[in-house]
Amino acid sequence: MNAVFRRALFALALALCCGALNAQAIDPLPFKDHAEETRFQQLTRELRCLVCQNENLADSNADLARDLRHQVFELMRQGKSDAQIKQYLVDRYSDFVLYDPPVQGSTLLLWFGPLAILLAGAAVVVVTVRRRSRAQAPASNQSANDSSPNDEGDDW
Amino acid sequence: MTPELGQLALILALLLALAQGVLPLLGAWRGNGALMAVARPAAAGQAVFVALAFGVLSWAFLHFDFSVRYVADNSNLALPWYYRLAAVWGAHEGSLLLWIFILNLWTVALAALSHKLPDVFVARVLGVLGLIAVGFIAFILFTSNPFERLLPMPPDGGDLNPVLQDPGMTFHPPVLYMGYVGFSVAFAFSIAALLGGELEQAWVRWARPWTNVAWGFLSAGIVAGSWWAYAELGWGGWWFWDPVENASFMPWLVGAALIHAQAVTEKRGALRAWTILLSIFAFSLSLLGTFLVRSGVLTSVHAFASDPKRGLFILCFLAVVVGGSLLLYALRAPKVAGGKPFGVVSRETAILIGNLMLTVAAAMVLLGTLFPLLGDALNLGKISVGPPYFGFLFTLLMIPIVLLLPFGPYLRWGEKGGLPPLKNVAVRAGIAALACAIAAAFTTGWALKAIAGTAAAVWCCVGTLLYVLKRWREMPAGRRYPAEMAGMLLAHFGVGVFLAGVLLTEALSVERDVRMAPGQVQTIGGYDFRFDGVHVADGPNWQGDQGTVTVMRDDREIAVMHPQKRTYTRGQVQTESAIDAGVTRDLYVALGEPMDRNDPEGAWALRLYHKPFVRWIWAGGLLMMLGGFFSAADKRFRLRREATEKLPASAQESHA
Amino acid sequence: MSRLVPFFAFLLLVALFGFGIWWNTRHDQREVPSPLIDKPAPAYALPKLDDPAQTVTREAMLGKPYLINVFASWCVACGEEHPVLMSEGQRVGVPLVGYNYKDEPDEAKAWLERHGNPYGLVIADREGRTAIDFGVYGAPETFLVDAKGVIRYKRIGPLTPEVIERELKPAIAALRKEAP
Repeated sequence: MNAVFRRALFALALALCCGALNAQAIDPLPFKDHAEETRFQQLTRELRCLVCQNENLADSNADLARDLRHQVFELMRQGKSDAQIKQYLVDRYSDFVLYDPPVQGSTLLLWFGPLAILLAGAAVVVVTVRRRSRAQAPASNQSANDSSPNDEGDDW
Repeated sequence: MTPELGQLALILALLLALAQGVLPLLGAWRGNGALMAVARPAAAGQAVFVALAFGVLSWAFLHFDFSVRYVADNSNLALPWYYRLAAVWGAHEGSLLLWIFILNLWTVALAALSHKLPDVFVARVLGVLGLIAVGFIAFILFTSNPFERLLPMPPDGGDLNPVLQDPGMTFHPPVLYMGYVGFSVAFAFSIAALLGGELEQAWVRWARPWTNVAWGFLSAGIVAGSWWAYAELGWGGWWFWDPVENASFMPWLVGAALIHAQAVTEKRGALRAWTILLSIFAFSLSLLGTFLVRSGVLTSVHAFASDPKRGLFILCFLAVVVGGSLLLYALRAPKVAGGKPFGVVSRETAILIGNLMLTVAAAMVLLGTLFPLLGDALNLGKISVGPPYFGFLFTLLMIPIVLLLPFGPYLRWGEKGGLPPLKNVAVRAGIAALACAIAAAFTTGWALKAIAGTAAAVWCCVGTLLYVLKRWREMPAGRRYPAEMAGMLLAHFGVGVFLAGVLLTEALSVERDVRMAPGQVQTIGGYDFRFDGVHVADGPNWQGDQGTVTVMRDDREIAVMHPQKRTYTRGQVQTESAIDAGVTRDLYVALGEPMDRNDPEGAWALRLYHKPFVRWIWAGGLLMMLGGFFSAADKRFRLRREATEKLPASAQESHA
Repeated sequence: MSRLVPFFAFLLLVALFGFGIWWNTRHDQREVPSPLIDKPAPAYALPKLDDPAQTVTREAMLGKPYLINVFASWCVACGEEHPVLMSEGQRVGVPLVGYNYKDEPDEAKAWLERHGNPYGLVIADREGRTAIDFGVYGAPETFLVDAKGVIRYKRIGPLTPEVIERELKPAIAALRKEAP
């Protein structure tokens, strides 16, 4: 019970760190042109805030998010690439900060699982269609009701 | 005393739900008409008692009964009456009560409109719905009682979460639940069909309008949620792939597949087992959404209070309901592929491919949503799965659907017809799409997403419109567009509108965080935003700063906007953005902090957006909703005597 | 047989959810394990709280293990943790270094005066820049650094007597074993 309470308190403390939970992060930075601004927005949108964990770095109003945004901006100014900036954050905060999980051993299932499901499903569809296209009129042991469903000869 | 009355009503509702869940099913099994006849009155009685409980809770909110813990936690003396009413479903306990109440509404509607169906079948359907109600009412009573007392009674309450104090939020949950819960009807129909072993597709015809309506509501609920996130969370985004959003999106995807599969089964008798399975999936995913949101197993914007006991209860319930029905499916689903054969180029094949893509998309969303949990389980480390993953894979999976969509109405059932009309459409829609894509390329400066969006939207819309034209020319007035077809055309057209909205917004939106002193002007997307300072503005239960931003274009005033920053009674800060809506663009302004805290007269941080075509996203969603409602209204679905009279005979056969 | 596939897939899902519920009763979901464990602590040079002229560096701290405890006067959970540090801090057997995170020095000093000072040494990171190198994301956090300057253990959230017994003390004992 005590442990549960402590955890709740910890969560609360984190929530408080978020400060104004539903306030927006509006943080004017001195971008030199629109391209740089767009790059910054895209990059920070793909990074996850550690304090308010359901927000990205661009939107989070947490103090740490602001610090990290400024750090990202500074790294951009130093001429670092997006990949280098991401690596900088991963080195400190782990893959958790990446909303775009890297393709690696631990995420193979994530990235290729849907493909596997798609292939399996496609195989079933192909088999079904082939079988159905070869089939003649329904087998005679089916009831008449079954083979004359509600298709009223609509042309559509 | 009153809150206890609510609790008593819930207990009685539970007893009636038990009666509704057990007796008619027993009756249907034993062929006992008296037991089967219990279903309707029990459902009605249960609805009355749940409505009573709902009324009692509303009354407690309206009269500031802070001795009820739920009321004290979620409202206070300063909260206006309309938000006190919305607060009834503003948190976990009350929203569950709303869930049950809506389940009752669906059940009563079904009980009232099913008099022409065979009694055995109705008894099974209502019985299944009764069992679902048992689970949820028990969940409320044993783990999440909204009527729990708080003693001593506090003089004033907490607050409804300020993000929920918005008109959009008042509608979002009820409409969304109408959709979630609505799938329970299709579910109950298919379980009844499995239990009865009546392998006719007749049940599908009865289930179709219910499914379409539920899906329409779900579309509307998702649109409302998306719009609310856009306007109220203040981030200007319209979809975040958050677990809670995904929880509503998965049943929607499967529901879309189900609507089409039901059409095949109803009209052609084919894909019967698949339709049953999809009905089970659609409702299971609705339940799963409830589990994800309320068990706290995932981090999300929307986590309700997360108590492991609650999680465990829903999990057990989920295991029984879904596990039981899938087992029943494995044992009793039709084994013989029935129905009419179809060719490779046929509407059935196209629908199958669409079904495949939609269900794989739902599976992908499920995998992505649960993967962080899987990462914990397999010790892969903490992994985040976010918009880049979902956006990328979802786009890939939807490409075949977009490509096939214009052909849908032209394709014929079975084999008749053939390729020539399809080529015709492909050429015309293709040329239109290409022309518009080239135009888009030049006007948007080769923004790839904008080009793709224009092409995809024109492809879908022109293809659909060509069919509208064809019907207009070929059919006599009055028979051109039966409601079922009109619904399909509306929804398909909606897909095109939606695509245009999504991709054009993504490609062309401009967002800028700026520092502005009064009088200063910023130009975004051809609009001049002039900041005219900030003054104090107070509401019933908040104090705030209100900025004034005048928007001009070519020296003509377009709008005066008032973004606010509110501080609510309990200290929560909430950004209220100002939005100037338009058909081709939204202007969006949010107020940040003063650059110097001691000088509110000076410069402020502001966020300015120019969002072209963002409204088309919701317009597309609403068209899909209308499509669902229209189709359901088709005369064909009104029950006819002859279709139903065949049933009892075959039902008895299967018992023999 | 193929009709049982959905059922078995669902069983897997139920198992996963069951695991999720169980896991969350023992872990905080928001806890993100640090990638710095068993890696050298980042280089730092931070002023002492009570004497900003003096700077403490990673190199100066080499030679014996120590604990870094990230705290701030604005941090609610730090207040909850503080009595534990006061009572247990001296008994864990390694020096306790306070890391004052994004705080006003005056407020931090007043806070320590009011609640007591369990730290042998307090360093201050007003801007929170070095804290990013340490991967700090929510105070309180506690790092165990060994004699070679390698981070061996990290606690996110308040230290409690249980955590100290179950996690911190064994980690310190392990250090002793390898470097007698």
